[in-house]
Amino acid sequence: MNRSLLSGDEAVALGALHAGISIGAGYPGTPSTEILEAFAALGGRAQWSPNEKVALEVAIGAAYAGARSIVTMKHVGLNVAADPLFTVAYTGVTGALVVVSADDPGMASSQNEQDNRRYAVAAGIPMLEPSDSQEAYDFTRRAVELSELWQVPILLRLTTRVCHSMTIVEDSPPASAPAEPRYERDTRRRVMIPSNARPAHRRLREKLAAAALWNESSDLNRRVGESTELGIITSGISFVHAREAAPGVAILKLGLTYPLPVERIRAFAASVARAVVIEEGDPYLAESLRAQGITVEAKPEAFRFGELNVDRVRRILAGDHTPEPAPPPGKPPQLCPGCPHRVAFGALRDLGCIVAGDIGCYTLGVLPPFEALDTCVCMGASIGVGLGLRHALPPAEARKVVSVIGDSTFIHSGITGLVEAVYNRPATGHVVIILDNGTTAMTGLQEHPGTGRSLHHLPAGRVVIEDIVHSLGIEDVHVVDPWSSPDAFRNQVAHALEAGDVSVIIARRDCLLAAGRIKAYERAIARDGGLEQCVERD
Amino acid sequence: MAAWSNVLNATSVTNIVIAGLGGQGVLKASGIVADAAFRCGMDVKKAEVHGMSQRGGSVASDIRFGRMVLSPMVPPGEARFLVVISPDQVENNRWQLAPGGVLITPDQIDERKLKNRKSINVALLGVLSTHLEIPLDAWLAAINANLAERLRPVNLEAFQVGRDAARSSQ
Repeated sequence: MNRSLLSGDEAVALGALHAGISIGAGYPGTPSTEILEAFAALGGRAQWSPNEKVALEVAIGAAYAGARSIVTMKHVGLNVAADPLFTVAYTGVTGALVVVSADDPGMASSQNEQDNRRYAVAAGIPMLEPSDSQEAYDFTRRAVELSELWQVPILLRLTTRVCHSMTIVEDSPPASAPAEPRYERDTRRRVMIPSNARPAHRRLREKLAAAALWNESSDLNRRVGESTELGIITSGISFVHAREAAPGVAILKLGLTYPLPVERIRAFAASVARAVVIEEGDPYLAESLRAQGITVEAKPEAFRFGELNVDRVRRILAGDHTPEPAPPPGKPPQLCPGCPHRVAFGALRDLGCIVAGDIGCYTLGVLPPFEALDTCVCMGASIGVGLGLRHALPPAEARKVVSVIGDSTFIHSGITGLVEAVYNRPATGHVVIILDNGTTAMTGLQEHPGTGRSLHHLPAGRVVIEDIVHSLGIEDVHVVDPWSSPDAFRNQVAHALEAGDVSVIIARRDCLLAAGRIKAYERAIARDGGLEQCVERD
Repeated sequence: MAAWSNVLNATSVTNIVIAGLGGQGVLKASGIVADAAFRCGMDVKKAEVHGMSQRGGSVASDIRFGRMVLSPMVPPGEARFLVVISPDQVENNRWQLAPGGVLITPDQIDERKLKNRKSINVALLGVLSTHLEIPLDAWLAAINANLAERLRPVNLEAFQVGRDAARSSQ
């Protein structure tokens, strides 16, 4: 047994390794990114997929074959992967499938603070919520066991403070390996035509009923403290805040939070004079318990927003409704000095463009000194939103609309937007700028299909962005280095705006932070296929 | 281990916040502190937010250690030590400091004594180390474990510069 200080993400990776998971897939997204990187560093088989939907589908296939698989993403990534998620709940799995959703309450690095516990309910997928790195390790292993036991995918729901906090982990002996994968045909369970899906839905509900019964006496939920006065019902990171904020009270700490152990919670609530639910984000627990006729206090609406902490839990328990002090604002992040995106946003600002933006470092183009970004909704939205603006605006304004999207984001979900541009071409045409900096920069310089290197920075197939664009029948395609001549870049954009065609400008220059590493990876690949690469990361 | 027993017997939690700007080594510094405390057998938690931090914005990291630590986040106004690597980040982080808490800033170090000014984060840990009951060998082991080999000599020296600066002002 080893003791080590690990982040929650690292603990999930170690748990996955010790659980015998043979493949991990995902798409980078804060705060989930480090899970697959750590899994790879431990010797696990990990890979970045073009997006979360594909990653989940790969993991589903592996689990159909009898393997144990894990798929990782940030909360909004599960929106992208929602389509396969809802139906793999019906089909179930043969091996194990763990779906990791890393939520970001407070939006440290996200565009919304959706609470993905709702997905467990909506899709009908049992959910585990660890509260620290030890539980991240333990629950990953339990998720694999439960997935194999119930033959359903398991949602491992993390939050930023679980993912990125470091706490002590004691590991345990690795699990025995699963049976060697082999294909067993089972079309009734795996081909979701309506006649198969109807009984599959009933099977899912039966599995969930069994899981709910199991959960009533599960060791994944535990009571701390014997007080009969105040009782707190909680889960995840809120548990440690609550324990510190209210020492000596009774706490029912839930680990398996869907399906809930309703009778156990009812008995707990009845054992205390005052039962209070402490949860971050949506009032998921409070609403669920009230629907079951359990009388609990819920937090005031103000605490739906942002993360909880010890101070906020004290306020909830004390019924303190006074305004919370806002910490002084810090310095906002910005595009790095020397960032190639700076040239692009300088040009868009100077040309007075209406800029439909996307998700990545370049979203910072909205801040001074550029203030040259007008929209940011979700991954890949820049192209569709830009097209909608072009359709709706009067021609004089429509001609100023530009879509700006990064290389990794384009491959993630920009390609279909470009198909739309060809198919439903606005009368004024459209201009799409793909900011290709050779890396997934914002999440910490991960590889993607356009780099031609794997998660491990080893040779992989390469998707050439301009080839994709050309293949759609778009003729006006330019690959330029914005940094070599900002004036030429600005003229290029101005010319494209006037042409009234569908134009794509690929602004290609390596991210300044990544350039040295990219050179080192390529040198290592040229030398020995990259196998002996030794790139120092700080 | 005998020298560490007074640390292990402490029942209270020590709260430290390290703040600065992205790229200054805030997370590296907090990693060293957490590792040093971990090496003494204490319960340790460290919390921070990644993602946007690399882009030059404000970054803060919380470290808590003691016999048992619950929340990984230092509650507002309960930091016994506030280490700020960038002078312009002192005011917006001061609210984290407990009454009577210790503020550690770069003006306590003669930067001319640093071989590489980027090691100011570790120099400030040198100052911090003189206030904590973590033994020197745990600090040195943590620095060695958290830095690439080529960076160790300059940072070990910076750590000593910080310790000397703190001693001469005490």
